[in-house]
Amino acid sequence: MKASAITLGVIGAAFLIAPHVYGNRTLLFSMMAFIVLAQGLNLLYGFTGYLPFGYVGFFGTGAYTTSLMVLHSHLPVLLCVVAGGVGACIVALILGPLLRLSGAYFSIANLAASQILYNVVSNQDLSKITGGPYGLKIDQVYDPSASYFTMLVILLVATGLAAYFRFSRFGMALRAMNQDPTSAAMAGIDVVRNRLIVWLVSASVAGLAGGAYAWNLSVFYPDAVFTLQISVFAIVFALFGGVGTVLGPVIGAIVLYALYNAVGISAPQYFEFIYGFLIVVLVLFLPNGLMSLLARRGVRVI
Amino acid sequence: MSLLEYALIGGILYGIFFALVAVGLNLIFGVMRIINIAHGQFVLLGGYGAFLLTSRAHLNPLYGVPLAVLGAIVVGVPLFRAVVPRLQKSSNPEMLSFILFFGIAQMIDAVLIMVFGADQRSLPQDALGAGSITVFGQSFPDSWWVASAASLLVLAGLYLYFNRTRLGFATRAIMASRDEALATGIDVERVSMISFVIGLALAGTAGVFVPYLLGSISPDIGNELTTTSFAVIIIGSLGNPLGTGIGGLVFGIGTLVMQTFFPSWSNLVPYALLVLIVLVRPAGLLGKSVRVT
Repeated sequence: MKASAITLGVIGAAFLIAPHVYGNRTLLFSMMAFIVLAQGLNLLYGFTGYLPFGYVGFFGTGAYTTSLMVLHSHLPVLLCVVAGGVGACIVALILGPLLRLSGAYFSIANLAASQILYNVVSNQDLSKITGGPYGLKIDQVYDPSASYFTMLVILLVATGLAAYFRFSRFGMALRAMNQDPTSAAMAGIDVVRNRLIVWLVSASVAGLAGGAYAWNLSVFYPDAVFTLQISVFAIVFALFGGVGTVLGPVIGAIVLYALYNAVGISAPQYFEFIYGFLIVVLVLFLPNGLMSLLARRGVRVI
Repeated sequence: MSLLEYALIGGILYGIFFALVAVGLNLIFGVMRIINIAHGQFVLLGGYGAFLLTSRAHLNPLYGVPLAVLGAIVVGVPLFRAVVPRLQKSSNPEMLSFILFFGIAQMIDAVLIMVFGADQRSLPQDALGAGSITVFGQSFPDSWWVASAASLLVLAGLYLYFNRTRLGFATRAIMASRDEALATGIDVERVSMISFVIGLALAGTAGVFVPYLLGSISPDIGNELTTTSFAVIIIGSLGNPLGTGIGGLVFGIGTLVMQTFFPSWSNLVPYALLVLIVLVRPAGLLGKSVRVT
């Protein structure tokens, strides 16, 4: 518990100081967004074993809900970001029946669901509401520093949730469910309810991140917030660090996103190749991520 | 009325062809219980093979079919040896194969962009016949008929393979029960490898015709082809080539009807069908969906 508090403090301090040391605030912001996404995905995949391949659907839903709220209501922007989280949560509730599927079927159905969201939002026929393929513009509330701090708060919340899942009684129940749902149900754990809670929490985290992201960009196309690439990054970053841990996704996202910016921006196809290769190597040789290397040496990882 | 006829006949042709696109995925899953999420990328490789043949060697794209089979052997055997036995020994083969093949898909995408660029490529329009064939007053280009005929031929071939050959019997035995197949002395490893190669060859063969049915190919349509294939095999039923044919028909007619009447919504068809079917049939047409209550 103490270790988790220290972790949160260190992450918070690091991203408060970082803009003063390193000038590229946009990069720091995107890095935080990807840590949040990796952590949010970790909440679901790491603790229940459900891999949401269409995770980006919630991110995009958040971005659109927040932007539409900014455009059509007079609420403060922060509340609109919260609405982004709520919007994603509602979509997750509607998609709740997907949790009846197991393993890869869940992942594929979730991917299809996110494609449906994307196709609806970017549809020409709905241009009047969603801007269709031309996206949305909320530059009247553009505020890079406020959105930066908002994303930092979301990051701390997501990491705090991971710590809660890892160390609380609820987390123990999740671990039991993950290992053997039948026995867990016998032991009096409400498997279906717990799974649904984690699913909604994980979706809300992505929705909040999407809202803050839209605020930071303030002008975006549907592709920018619905590209499958975002799901892929979240999955790879989380796996690389180690799912089911608190720190794994954070470290995975920081290391790989920095690498992506070193190699990827100038020649994205090389990076695509490298991380494709990385995924293959990870699955074959290090399925539990960087954190498992430490755990193997007897370090108590959080 | 003629619009509807157009959509129905076009949908049947389109659907029969998409059964060929999807059937390789079905076979690999049925035999190995691993999920080849790079399926669409292997389809693309077949398409780009045909593109090379037509643009560099000025051959008929149909030579792409033997090239696809050859490619499937050259790529499939080492790939199978490198990853499949390892995956099958792991704690969760289905999920891990899903992630691993996603990595492979990304690598193929990257290589395709490096070699061919991100542009759309198409094959010479008249290579499969320049005219069109008219049925019930609706005409479709020759290439559509050739693609559907090729698909029917391959599906019939698969049917004979499963029902008339020793290897086909062994394959079906493994699909039914891997452990019992092992116990009866079937060389599961070898049969699995052959099925893996056949699955890739089927994907590549379908790829040769994809540029005609979709108008062009580009590296970014791989994932879409994969999800479409999943929709087709989930609508049909697993491990049964005839089921995939039915899945293809439902998907094809659905897509063309939407394209004809609500063109801007037609991209939704495979995804909507996929989600609907898995939700309406939670017991799973793929046979494995568990809910603990």
